[in-house]
Amino acid sequence: MAEIATRIAYGLELAELGERYPDMVVLDADISKSTNTFYFTRKYPERSFNFGIAEQNMMGAAAGLAAMGKIPLANTYAVFASMRACEQVRTFICYPNLNVKIVVSHGGLAVGSDGVTHQGTEDIGTMRCMPNMTIVSPADGTATRKLLPQIIEHCGPVYYRLGRNPTPIVYDESEEFQLGRAKLLRQGADVTIIAAGIMVSESLKAVALLAAKGISARLLDMHTIKPIDRAAVVSAAEETGAIVAAEDHNIIGGLGSAVAEVICETRPVPMERIGLRDVFGESGEPDALFEKYSMSARHIAEAAERAIARKGK
Amino acid sequence: MNKLATSELEATALQIRRDILKMIYAAGTGHPGAALCAVEIVTALYFREMRIDPANPDWPERDRFILSKGHACPVLYATLARRGYYPMCDLDNLRKINCPLQGHPDMKKTCGVDMTAGSLGNGLSVGVGMALGARLNGLPSRIYVLLGDGELQEGMVWEAAMSASHYKLASLTAVVDWNGLQLDGRVEDVMNINPLGPKWRDFGWHVQEIDGHSFPQVLGAFAEARRVTDKPSVILAHTVKGKGVSFMENEVDWHGRTPSRDEMKQAMLELGEVWNG
Repeated sequence: MAEIATRIAYGLELAELGERYPDMVVLDADISKSTNTFYFTRKYPERSFNFGIAEQNMMGAAAGLAAMGKIPLANTYAVFASMRACEQVRTFICYPNLNVKIVVSHGGLAVGSDGVTHQGTEDIGTMRCMPNMTIVSPADGTATRKLLPQIIEHCGPVYYRLGRNPTPIVYDESEEFQLGRAKLLRQGADVTIIAAGIMVSESLKAVALLAAKGISARLLDMHTIKPIDRAAVVSAAEETGAIVAAEDHNIIGGLGSAVAEVICETRPVPMERIGLRDVFGESGEPDALFEKYSMSARHIAEAAERAIARKGK
Repeated sequence: MNKLATSELEATALQIRRDILKMIYAAGTGHPGAALCAVEIVTALYFREMRIDPANPDWPERDRFILSKGHACPVLYATLARRGYYPMCDLDNLRKINCPLQGHPDMKKTCGVDMTAGSLGNGLSVGVGMALGARLNGLPSRIYVLLGDGELQEGMVWEAAMSASHYKLASLTAVVDWNGLQLDGRVEDVMNINPLGPKWRDFGWHVQEIDGHSFPQVLGAFAEARRVTDKPSVILAHTVKGKGVSFMENEVDWHGRTPSRDEMKQAMLELGEVWNG
């Protein structure tokens, strides 16, 4: 399977979109070589501003630029955007509903060897409780590129969560995406796996494992975590009667919580959550970490079987 | 709109001081000390210095003002009302439910407010972004940020200061309302920020030190800031917290206290109005 890190797919596409969006401005906090915005900043230096290692100031300046009618994309890692600059995002971007796009690399345990300081595993929870915020976590490089123009054109704050390491290409070039709409990747009748980001490709493997056991699993790519596609979640609950949420994030506050909120309020069915079970990760190879923290395809498939077994009980 | 002569500014400032007290008294909550000490600075900005059009509050070419010390907002609200952004009667509803005048400034709820503020240490960064935005848009807009002195304890202010001089944002003028007091006591006792002039100079700013209650000095400092073309300007404005009301002046307890009826009577008398609530 071909692979590309979503942060690289983003950087390349961003540079391509410079001409189409003349009001777009790219902000960095020293790590443009890592977030891959350097493709853009080389091409459009007059619309690129590096703030150095000062994320709070970058977010504040992003608010100011948005107030002047620009479309700032503030780039850093998930941990720094969601926690170091958390209050700036809340009070000066979300509260006045300013048109700032926060694009982060290094979302999740999949960061791997850098360890906990650089693994953003609470960011979606933090961002999700901010009114006006839209949260998007693309599954692969194709989704990353195709969702980017919609994110730029969306009026209001967006948190775009990307990954550090190469991840499998899930989607063909012909696939279309719509912000706020879950993508049905596999139709199925016995259980629905709702995944986001890197967990989509992991869940595809889980679907195959389940199929080998005669279990028909539906797979939804919930790339837009907020606002969540409630209709897709409710139909999944009604039509398959069991749900597994899979995310590279603490199971508290992220996609699993969002899905649980919807099904509890609408159509309660057995549900299992895959993700970090309220612990911090550690350094290591992503695959080994996913195995150790019960987040690999095998664990997703087992969770699906547990959920199915609980039906009607 | 006509700009006021200096003598008229003095009269307007006196009216605004009365407005501030009436607003806070009616609300039963607010920060009189911080609002009273910034009256001359905010009056000078809105009645003389800034290019604005109250009839066209979203005019893209206008100058912008950020009240980074957002708790002083009664001074901004009264000034905006006196300048014609909204009716004076709106001032009666400060901090009340379903009303536009929030406890701290909200750019989406209050006409004429250029930026949401209230959490200290953030306004200068927003000003940096606005100055960059004005430059990108080819606009002549100048950006003014009013900071408290205690607020300078926030590290983010210095991140912003660094970036403003790095990007040579000459359209950005910061004013430090240097009243020497913060909620817990004297600034130099709580966490000393001195020496202030050298700090800003070392961060690459053009520095002026003035009496923040003297209109000629305030206006002169803004004029000098406009003549600086290669760096941002900061005006260190010595002020008296609670200025204009004898028993509030330099009294740390008046940071966030509301006057009683008798205190209100006396305060208004000192500001030239017989008030019987």
